[in-house]
Amino acid sequence: MTAEVTLLRHADVLVLGGGPAGAWAAIAAAEAGADVVLADKGYCGTSGSAAAGGNNLWYLPPDPALREAAMDAREAIAGRLTERRWMERVIEETYHQIGRLAGWGYPFPVDEGGVERRGSLQGPEYMRRMRRKAHRSGVRILDHHPALELLATPDGTAVGAAGIRRQDGGGRWEVRAGAVVLATGGCAFLSGAFGLDVDTGDGHLMAAELGAELSGMEFSNAYALSPAYGAHTKGLMMQFASYYDEAGRPLELGDMGTARQAVARLLADGRQVLARLDQAPPGLREAMRRSQPNYFLPLDKAGIDPFTQAYPVRLVMEGTVRGTGGLRVVGEDCATTVPGLYAAGDVATRELITGSVSGGGSHNGAWAISSGTWAGAAAAAFATRGEGRARSRPAGRAGLRPHGPATGAAAEVVRAVQDEVLPLDRNYFRTAAGLRRSLTSLDRLWTDVAAHLSGEGRGALRARQAAAMVAHGRWMYRAALARAESRGMHQRLDRPEADPRLARRIHVGGLDEVWTAPEEPKEAVA
Amino acid sequence: MIEIVSQERCIGCDRCVEVCPTSVFDTGPGGIPVIARVQDCQTCFMCEAYCPVDALFVAPQAEPVEPGSPLRDEAYVTAAGLLGGYRKKIGWGRGRTPGALRAVGPDLPRPTPAPPRKEHR
Ligand SMILES: Cc1cc2nc3c(=O)[nH]c(=O)nc-3n(C[C@H](O)[C@H](O)[C@H](O)COP(=O)(O)OP(=O)(O)OC[C@H]3O[C@@H](n4cnc5c(N)ncnc54)[C@H](O)[C@@H]3O)c2cc1C
Ligand code: SF4
Ligand code: SF4
Repeated sequence: MTAEVTLLRHADVLVLGGGPAGAWAAIAAAEAGADVVLADKGYCGTSGSAAAGGNNLWYLPPDPALREAAMDAREAIAGRLTERRWMERVIEETYHQIGRLAGWGYPFPVDEGGVERRGSLQGPEYMRRMRRKAHRSGVRILDHHPALELLATPDGTAVGAAGIRRQDGGGRWEVRAGAVVLATGGCAFLSGAFGLDVDTGDGHLMAAELGAELSGMEFSNAYALSPAYGAHTKGLMMQFASYYDEAGRPLELGDMGTARQAVARLLADGRQVLARLDQAPPGLREAMRRSQPNYFLPLDKAGIDPFTQAYPVRLVMEGTVRGTGGLRVVGEDCATTVPGLYAAGDVATRELITGSVSGGGSHNGAWAISSGTWAGAAAAAFATRGEGRARSRPAGRAGLRPHGPATGAAAEVVRAVQDEVLPLDRNYFRTAAGLRRSLTSLDRLWTDVAAHLSGEGRGALRARQAAAMVAHGRWMYRAALARAESRGMHQRLDRPEADPRLARRIHVGGLDEVWTAPEEPKEAVA
Repeated sequence: MIEIVSQERCIGCDRCVEVCPTSVFDTGPGGIPVIARVQDCQTCFMCEAYCPVDALFVAPQAEPVEPGSPLRDEAYVTAAGLLGGYRKKIGWGRGRTPGALRAVGPDLPRPTPAPPRKEHR
């Protein structure tokens, strides 16, 4: 990366990513007295999965019995990887912060009984309000300023980041800061899922270059149903769906849990599957339309009435966005293993509150709010200690500063990664042999990328995203190989049962050499 | 994919250039933005939500539609009330009620992820 620095800023806290996690982090840091810069790849307010998709929340009033029941229910399916203490904290923090959001004017709906419903946020409205609040809190927002690398002191403390000014000629920007919050979202491998093409795992790569560790990367194969022609993966309404084969014969798929897997099997085998919302009571349909316009509008535009017409579906990859793996947090303040670097939202592991199953239906959004708030406050406190600020070096390598002649093409790398990670037969239904085969390709790809891939201007971002996706794929499959069992969303055809010895989290990390290590089990609590 | 920037309606405010998360638009020489990188469009409808005059249409397909498709025909899309459709649905714009206010969903059973595997102990 050779471009001249055309924008240089100093701040106490730099937040990378302006989805909910980044916005909550920036607000918390500013409220703690820090001078904050937030840089987003796209536009803070429209970018990321919450803005596009909307969020139902793990929102529970302070009724101990209700909260206990909610935690019990999640523990029952979460593969024994959660921690009760974290669940309690997230529930409490989310409840508190949503109350503040109401105070900032979010128009929560009121039901027929006159009760305000605060458990669901509409994406564009939510993120427009968050942007406004961040702005009013004094946060300086840089849109279309993707970060490409972290800046670090010689001893490895994160003290800022650098990237490109995408809409200003592609020049380089640098922000020197006392601490950094990563809130760059998960990685959906440019699958095209609506709103997720900004989530390419850049933050994971930047952090790993400073030695950060990850956890739960085997729980990275979230797929969601969309119309076959499209990419709108809104799932909530599918609870009312019946499924049909290509001849219109009803498919008997069992309850929702097994139905998803059966649909995946059929699609993986190249069969057609159609869905129709047969089970939606007519009296509810208008309310359904009002509550989830981004499920219905793409169908309306295609001239399909999902209540009366069966439409073909496909499964679109959402990776670690609605998976649960990500950067390992080592403290209640969402510190990573790198000093000065905090992780919030989907870039961090969500195993602590949702374990081996997707938190995409309520937990992830609550996590973004809570972890963002904690990370922002902690980064502000770290920054005032002023440990950074010394000499710094840019830490970016693969896709940015190749160690050989620059010859690589980002688009080819992206295609090569996608060939390994998108197909249901490789990633939804996993086997040891298949994982090893994919890893051989991905390892070779990494060597190539590290040696040759780079780009200029907007091309620099494309190259870096491609490198991040290769790294993500390798952590994902290495962890999937280490988890020689089936648990939650991680399904191994060759190991269909859960192994009680693996009821623990698996850490993963490294770039040129990828390693895995099972977490030491906590002493059993009687 | 983004298909239509209505030359008739667009007032050249460049809001879409600013808000598109993947930077699909460039400012255009005549004031009207151009779709410069259609392959980067992620079909998120955000530009439709923010365009103040309902001048944009994003087709629901994840690939550009066929040249002859009605979803490329501004007259058809306008007549069908689909230009700026997302903005209407979420109730943004003068004289509209924010959709969020009316979004009382039906009480849904919680989405249940795949059932836990049996563990032999
Ligand atoms: C269709 C869908 C529906 C969902 N529904 C629910 C739900 O009902 N309930 C729930 O709890 N969760 C839900 N989720 C998950 C939820 O949306 C996410 O957990 C949440 O948005 C995470 O917030 P985030 O800020 O970490 O990531 P995101 O919202 O994805 O934001 C990441 C941000 O980082 C920016 N970024 C990325 N790379 C860089 C870079 N290099 N430099 C600078 N910025 C960068 C992006 O532009 C983006 O703005 C859903 C997800 C999807 C896809
Ligand atoms: S649909 Fe989304 S990605 Fe496509 S042009 Fe509009 S804002 Fe950009
Ligand atoms: S937002 Fe609408 S009016 Fe403004 S430039 Fe874009 S298309 Fe034209």
